[in-house]
Amino acid sequence: MKTVEVNNIYKAYGDVTAVNDLSFSVKPGEILGLIGPNGAGKSSTNKIILDFMKPDSGQVKIFNQKMDEGLKDKIGYLPEERGLYRRLTAIELILYLASLKGISRGKAEQKADELLIQTGMYENRNKKNKEMSKGMGQLIQFIVTVVHDPELIILDEPFSGLDPVRTESIQSIISHLRDEGKSIILSTHQMNKVEELCNRVLMINHGRTVLYGGVNEIRTKFRKNSIQVDVEGEMGDLPGVIERIPRNGSIELVLEEDVKPQLILDILYDRNLIINRFEITTPSLNEIFLELAGVKRE
Amino acid sequence: MVLTFIIPVLALLVIGVIALFNTLTGPSEKDITIVGYVDHTGIFTEHTDLGIVKLIAFTSEEEALKGLINQEISEYFIVASDFTNSGNIQRYALTDEFGSSLVTGQMIKDFLTWNLLKEDVPPEIIGLILTPMNPEVTKLEESGEIAEVQGDIGNIIVPSLFSFLLSMAFMFGANSLISGLGEEKESRLIEVLYSSISVRQLLIGKIMALGAAGLLQVVVWLFSAPLILNLATSVLGGFLINIQIPPNFIILGIVYFVLGYLLFAILSVTIGGISPSANDGHNLSMFYIMASYIPLWTIGLMINSPEKPIWVLLSLFPVTAPTQMMLRLAVSDIPLWQTLTSLGILIFTVIAGQYLSIKIFRVYMLMYGKRPGAAEIMRSLRNV
Repeated sequence: MKTVEVNNIYKAYGDVTAVNDLSFSVKPGEILGLIGPNGAGKSSTNKIILDFMKPDSGQVKIFNQKMDEGLKDKIGYLPEERGLYRRLTAIELILYLASLKGISRGKAEQKADELLIQTGMYENRNKKNKEMSKGMGQLIQFIVTVVHDPELIILDEPFSGLDPVRTESIQSIISHLRDEGKSIILSTHQMNKVEELCNRVLMINHGRTVLYGGVNEIRTKFRKNSIQVDVEGEMGDLPGVIERIPRNGSIELVLEEDVKPQLILDILYDRNLIINRFEITTPSLNEIFLELAGVKRE
Repeated sequence: MVLTFIIPVLALLVIGVIALFNTLTGPSEKDITIVGYVDHTGIFTEHTDLGIVKLIAFTSEEEALKGLINQEISEYFIVASDFTNSGNIQRYALTDEFGSSLVTGQMIKDFLTWNLLKEDVPPEIIGLILTPMNPEVTKLEESGEIAEVQGDIGNIIVPSLFSFLLSMAFMFGANSLISGLGEEKESRLIEVLYSSISVRQLLIGKIMALGAAGLLQVVVWLFSAPLILNLATSVLGGFLINIQIPPNFIILGIVYFVLGYLLFAILSVTIGGISPSANDGHNLSMFYIMASYIPLWTIGLMINSPEKPIWVLLSLFPVTAPTQMMLRLAVSDIPLWQTLTSLGILIFTVIAGQYLSIKIFRVYMLMYGKRPGAAEIMRSLRNV
């Protein structure tokens, strides 16, 4: 069963099309990376899934049915722009919002404490939100999003503004949630996080699908016939190499279409060169994103 | 919440301070005016202690003048030997005519009257001559029965105060709702809330929570009012003795409060929903908050003719109805049809308002940055 199933949704604000014929799905135990430039339609898509607004056309099914109030307890949502009730303490806020999700105070408190410990925020449990830094506030909001053990979690830029330690702790919780079988939609600009965390990715631009599929599948698809080589000594002329591009201490060798990387490896071996690195070039999602967005690589 | 208990506590505190002050000080010597007189007739010898005015007889005008200059007396007067024929009295004071007290003048008249009549008229009759009338007016219904509301001017005090506090409660409630919604919109907490509960639950929860707090406030005020009034009457006396709280005031007070509070809360969540910020919402809310004060501003005009169409209209108009009805209740009987119509319109407005506010809120709560115009809202309502 698919947790989220979006079919051909379309949404326009006046003359501006926000979402254009978008279709995708999310399964249990899967993280779908929703990526795209600013204004691509990511937030609108999230809001349509959450039933904050209706699509002009198309269908959204959550847990195999149309969204209704009863399903809200199974969903956790972290909006991109975040704020807290400033006068409440961290634990008061978490418990209040958990109570809206229908879980008992005792259960919520136990889970909240677990998460506060996991995120290194336990010592701030009784601190007022107005006394917290932006990063600390974000962690509290993340805890609010997952404290009721939702089946579907929608995270909009969960890592923005966080230091590496806190990013790591959230990343670890997200991975853990996925392993527990939760369905997660992760909207972010941080492509490296998508590569690390997501099973599949949906790249959108101007509301339309640009790319949709497994992360490895997409990276393989965009793989070029080139290799990254770092050798000690002079390589000399190499047959079938069109271009040599220096990259971070190594050289990318762009090969002719019918030339196999194995041929180059054999030649280098025969020339008794010490090979420190020999790797088939696989583009990062960021590079793919930039390429598709029309930004030329350095 | 602070205001709930502060108002009655403050009233008790004021009464307590006045009572304590009276107990500690008693009538001050400084408060008593000493007036000298020179009597050339030999008639005016009694009834010289008039409470706040005391009369001292001098044997000669020179002595009286000396007493005035030495500030032993504040003024003196001469009763001429032909006074019984001429009636002339000459008053001497260090101030001009306008500075002399009217009360002192009245007391001197009483003193003269008393002494002129003392030989021939019993003292109790003299008392009646001096104060011939202590009128007690009773208002009757057209049927001849005694009216429930007697229209004493003092009776307007409690309802006016209550109406004022009612308007204040509406204002604080509205401001609190708009500030809360503004904060939630600006911080996008509204999205988190909406991902947990429906718009209807969100709005009704907000209205009910604030309404319950407001109801507690008004119940405390209404039930403490008679107690405070009794206490104030026993301590301060005076005109407070005649004040009566209309019998249906407390019940109607609670009913109008509940409905008024709901109306203002609904208006406020609607304004909060369409406003991009709390400040913007506060500016918009001023229109209906100020409208609720209109009955208080016009109370002076209303007292003398509470049945004029304009006051009836304000009793029916939902935003002004709670305060206007409370004020009219204090000065006249309100025909049953007016009370029922007023309540009916208010109830209808609350129900219809709640329906519309949920629709408007649903459309605009996630729109940030600009406030929609009236035409846009109307269009949205048709499309929802």
